[in-house]
Amino acid sequence: MPASATRPLLPSGLKLLNWFLRGWTALVFIFLYVPIAVLVVFSFNSSRLNIVWESFTFDWYAKLFANGPLIKAAKNSLIIATGSTVLSVIIGTGGAWLLHRYRYRFSQAIQTLVAIPMVMPEILMGISLLILFATIGLKLGFTTVIIGHVTFSFPFVLVAVQARLQGLDPALEEAALDLGATPLKAFWLVIVPCLKPAIIAGALMAFTLSMDELIVTFFIRSASAVTLPIQVFGLARVGLNPMLNALSAIFIVATVAFVLFSEYLKKLSR
Amino acid sequence: MIEIRGVTKRFGAFTAVDNVSLTVNAGEFITLLGPSGCGKTTLLRLLAGFETPDEGAVLLDGVDVSHEPPYRRSVNQVFQSYALFPHMTVKDNVGFGLRMQNVPTAEAEGRIRDALATVSLAEQADKLPHQMSGGQRQRVALARALVCRPKVLLLDEPLSALDAKLRHGMQLELKHLQRKLGLTFVFVTHDQEEALTMSDRIAIINKGKIEQLGDATEIYHRPRTPFAADFIGQANLLAATIILRKGATATVRLESGLELVVACTDLPASATKALVSIRPEKIHIGRVPAVAENVFQAKIEEEIFQGATDQLRLITDQGTKLHALVANESATQVAFHEGDRVYCSLHLDDIVIVQAE
Repeated sequence: MPASATRPLLPSGLKLLNWFLRGWTALVFIFLYVPIAVLVVFSFNSSRLNIVWESFTFDWYAKLFANGPLIKAAKNSLIIATGSTVLSVIIGTGGAWLLHRYRYRFSQAIQTLVAIPMVMPEILMGISLLILFATIGLKLGFTTVIIGHVTFSFPFVLVAVQARLQGLDPALEEAALDLGATPLKAFWLVIVPCLKPAIIAGALMAFTLSMDELIVTFFIRSASAVTLPIQVFGLARVGLNPMLNALSAIFIVATVAFVLFSEYLKKLSR
Repeated sequence: MIEIRGVTKRFGAFTAVDNVSLTVNAGEFITLLGPSGCGKTTLLRLLAGFETPDEGAVLLDGVDVSHEPPYRRSVNQVFQSYALFPHMTVKDNVGFGLRMQNVPTAEAEGRIRDALATVSLAEQADKLPHQMSGGQRQRVALARALVCRPKVLLLDEPLSALDAKLRHGMQLELKHLQRKLGLTFVFVTHDQEEALTMSDRIAIINKGKIEQLGDATEIYHRPRTPFAADFIGQANLLAATIILRKGATATVRLESGLELVVACTDLPASATKALVSIRPEKIHIGRVPAVAENVFQAKIEEEIFQGATDQLRLITDQGTKLHALVANESATQVAFHEGDRVYCSLHLDDIVIVQAE
């Protein structure tokens, strides 16, 4: 690491500005994380109300795990998120490679069309998918939900991988071909490993998007393929309940673990 | 070994390689030399199989490989960017080609070790490319190509990313390696000095065509086109009228009126006008006239000290501007200065007709 990297970017002479920036940073963090902290704290509150603290309890966690439909919905969500992530990674990575490597007559148009699902209102997407499935006679269920999730997840993988490809030396593929690798082997043995960070980032994005998607899923689910957000939404309409706090707390812990783990993977691959 | 037969390659309306024919002999070090955009890299890519010719054919050991993909040609390339696989160790990079050819592990290990020893990197086998210096990466790229025992090794400006000192070292090293292993090298560069240092033969390429093909001395001393004279080394290019021919010599008159005696063995009988090339270091400068076919007086307009040499800008009494180089043989040597009047002497063989009509 060069010596200059250890020097703070802001001159230490600007004391007042330094203090202001520190204060500002603290405010941003309070704004972001205090609600989450409160939510986690109240998941251990024996009162039904999320406003006053009574006493410490694990009851809500016990209730949460005893709630059959909720657990079932969580399982469904995991299955759907895993399925749609795998498909998104395959379609997104392959698509990015083909768009990057080959020039089509409509490359630019394809590029734009691919990006649209990222910004399209979810409600439109839900309705259009429902009409599509009804037209072709596909029964609603896990398949339709996974297909629906893939349509808005894979562009994120594609865009992440494309960004990585931009910076990749085009000679890498040629070197592999030159050394006797077929185009498929060159892609699998040389290009894919180089894209790994982008693929992981895209996959995390796809997984997260699928886990908390509500609106599209609402249109294309069946009674058996209820996802966690839909179940939670149903419960919340009846009234907020510390059990949902407990659920959220678990999710927060899982998310943090997930992020730490992926950081660890990144470090390992370096 | 390699035969390029009338190959043309176009990219849209642009003709990158224009009806080029070239034979590369086994064990030869041939350099494709030219400015950027001249088509030298495209020619190399046609040999590697990254491009297919629009016309003509590429033959390897007598077999037409024009439409064989790169992974079915027994040629290997060292890339300008090295193109080392960043996620693989040095050993795995070098072993990649053998893995693709399904060489048994035991044999592959031995060959990888030998290849790394050849480029003096035996100790670095388990490092990753980003942990190595530019010069070391360059050697890995070389080992990775050599380990496959290619019929021809293609090198695309492999030294251009190295600093000057390292580059000079690698030039000699590459040359020795090529001689020792008896390999055939096709080397692409825009650096004329590099070409002169390393090559058995040089092909000067300009606008998709080979301007001149020959060994280093021939290319340097007997350029055949104005481009070849100008691109390699430095040259005074002067327009002249042929006024008298006598056997193997001719007298030409420059625009200023200065008359020079030149060798004219290749000159067509009908030619009346010519362009002559004079290398700056071949003009002998002295206080007294030396014995030569051409002696004339000039004034030094500008003198630039360059360490080993002095660069002089001269104007002859007739008004022709010339560029000359004199060796600084000794610190005590009486230097030439601006304004000095000197004698210039030139042998007739050192004036080369590069164009005649």
